[in-house]
Amino acid sequence: MNIINIEHIAKIYQVGSEEVRALVDVSLKINKNEYVAIMGPSGSGKSTLMNILGCLDTPTRGLYDFAGENVSQMNDNELASIRNRQIGFVFQTFNLLARSDALHNVELPLIYAGVSSQERRERAEAALENVGLKDRMTHKPNELSGGQRQRVAVARALVTNPSIILADEPTGNLDTKTGEDIMRLFHQIHEAGNTIILVTHEEYIAEHAARIIRLRDGLIERDENVVNRYIPV
Amino acid sequence: MKNLLFEIKEGLLISLKAIRANKARSVLTTLGIIIGVASVVLMSTAIKGIDQSFQQGVASLGSDNLYIDKWAWFDNDIPWWEMRNRKHITMEDFEAYKDLAKLPVSIAPSANSQRTIKFEERSVQFVNITGSDHNYINTTNLSFDEGRFFTELESNGGRSVVVLGSEVSKKLFPQGGAMNQFVKIGGNRFKIVGVLEEQGSWVMGNWNPDNQVYVPIQNIFKYFVSRHSDGITINVRAENSTMVEATKEEALGIMRRVRGLKYDEKNDFSINQQEGLLTNINETIGVIQIAGLLITGLALFVGAIGIMNIMFVSVKERTREIGIRKAIGATRRTILGQFISESAIICLIGGMIGLGVAIIGSMVIAQFDFPVTVDIDAVILAVTISLITGVLSGLAPAYTAAKLDPVDALRYE
Repeated sequence: MNIINIEHIAKIYQVGSEEVRALVDVSLKINKNEYVAIMGPSGSGKSTLMNILGCLDTPTRGLYDFAGENVSQMNDNELASIRNRQIGFVFQTFNLLARSDALHNVELPLIYAGVSSQERRERAEAALENVGLKDRMTHKPNELSGGQRQRVAVARALVTNPSIILADEPTGNLDTKTGEDIMRLFHQIHEAGNTIILVTHEEYIAEHAARIIRLRDGLIERDENVVNRYIPV
Repeated sequence: MKNLLFEIKEGLLISLKAIRANKARSVLTTLGIIIGVASVVLMSTAIKGIDQSFQQGVASLGSDNLYIDKWAWFDNDIPWWEMRNRKHITMEDFEAYKDLAKLPVSIAPSANSQRTIKFEERSVQFVNITGSDHNYINTTNLSFDEGRFFTELESNGGRSVVVLGSEVSKKLFPQGGAMNQFVKIGGNRFKIVGVLEEQGSWVMGNWNPDNQVYVPIQNIFKYFVSRHSDGITINVRAENSTMVEATKEEALGIMRRVRGLKYDEKNDFSINQQEGLLTNINETIGVIQIAGLLITGLALFVGAIGIMNIMFVSVKERTREIGIRKAIGATRRTILGQFISESAIICLIGGMIGLGVAIIGSMVIAQFDFPVTVDIDAVILAVTISLITGVLSGLAPAYTAAKLDPVDALRYE
């Protein structure tokens, strides 16, 4: 079943008098429980595609259908709602609220979803336990290591049971070993039935995915299944 | 609805956290609001105090009174030079009026002078000495702490007797025991026969009975002012408020006769009324009110600008945080609410502290016999204005935050 169905989308920015075509014509489908990596050099339209996939932005042209909802025509509030319910973000720079402890960071999407404080707490605790941070719940981000911060971010992404996890260079700010740990965590999450979209420019990170989509100059250059998939143990 | 309440509650919690995280800044920002609210509350209670005091003072003078005088007290229709050229009202005018008037319950002349009054080493300067006769007390609502007003005999004989207002008595005799003592007024000895009860109307200035002394009117002419250099006022008390108009009409007719005015001549005297005094007072208080609130409102406005400024800085600084919140599902309204409630809370806290400052301030002022009390109205006022200030000054920054693009905000360093 398709979760994401993109047809001929384009994104054009107006920079001064010049038109910048970040995405020219991109079509792709992503199924439930897929593990997809999106690759491409800088300027390939990778970030733009990720923003559109993450419903942070809407395409200039084309259709974006997310689990049966037409995202390309949505207004700000509808986009906020679909981000809240359907998408879990993991960023390169973690993007945790610096002044809040891990638990509150994980609770945050549930606050915006209108979940009662009791249930919120339980679910956030469960999510943190799931990523192995049961004993770090009251720590603030600056009291956690990079890997732990990213785990908190993963817990935050998972806590709403979203349709997709959208990870933008999740290992970019981590050393190789910690990066491996995070990729192992992603593997587990995928095994548990989640759909993961991984944006990266590192070949060895992309190889964790089952499918790699390569972008160049705003177009899909190649869309292939990974033959020698690296499965962490 | 439930969702909205929920959002408000969460917004408040988030805001409280943000305020706690920026303590020093929040305190400094709040200072403007503290000063603003404190001054607004103090000013409004002070104005109320002044107003009450005036009303009290007017009540102690009696509200059914007429004052026949050379000058119109409150009326500015007659040019002052015209009034200056009028003949003085004399004791003879008073006697003639008294003989002819039927309606008043009491009529008394009065003449004033300011003098220093002394008892042994103590003295009070610029005391208003009112000279009158024994009937004067019946034209007022004054009450006695000790003793009595001077009698007809003392009055007619021009005896050196004096009745002290409470303030004067307190200053000359802090330990009490004023009765039957002799005070010196302009070098002349007067025996104290009565002390008035406190009337508590300090704002009345020379009108204030607390700060006056009363002597038989002959003494005024004998010692202080010439009978001819200055006229007298005829104090007339009507039977009750419904009789005031009739008494006034009668007085007008009699006085015209007494003064020998022809039918086409204008009045060469004025009949002054309490009403005029009240109108005058209300006008004065109105001006004080507007000026006071304008000035204090300005203080509050400056405070509000401070809040707005700091909220803009806060939004800028927290651009990334806003981006994160938006990415994980915060709507525009949520962000708007978050920042508005943050500035409202800062202002509310400031308002409460300002209220506290105002309460302490009013206690201090009350030590100087200024009638101020902070009541429930002031609390409501403080809460309302600080909330409104908070919401209004948070509006623009919150809107800026709410309309941030999540992609840009997340990229912001």
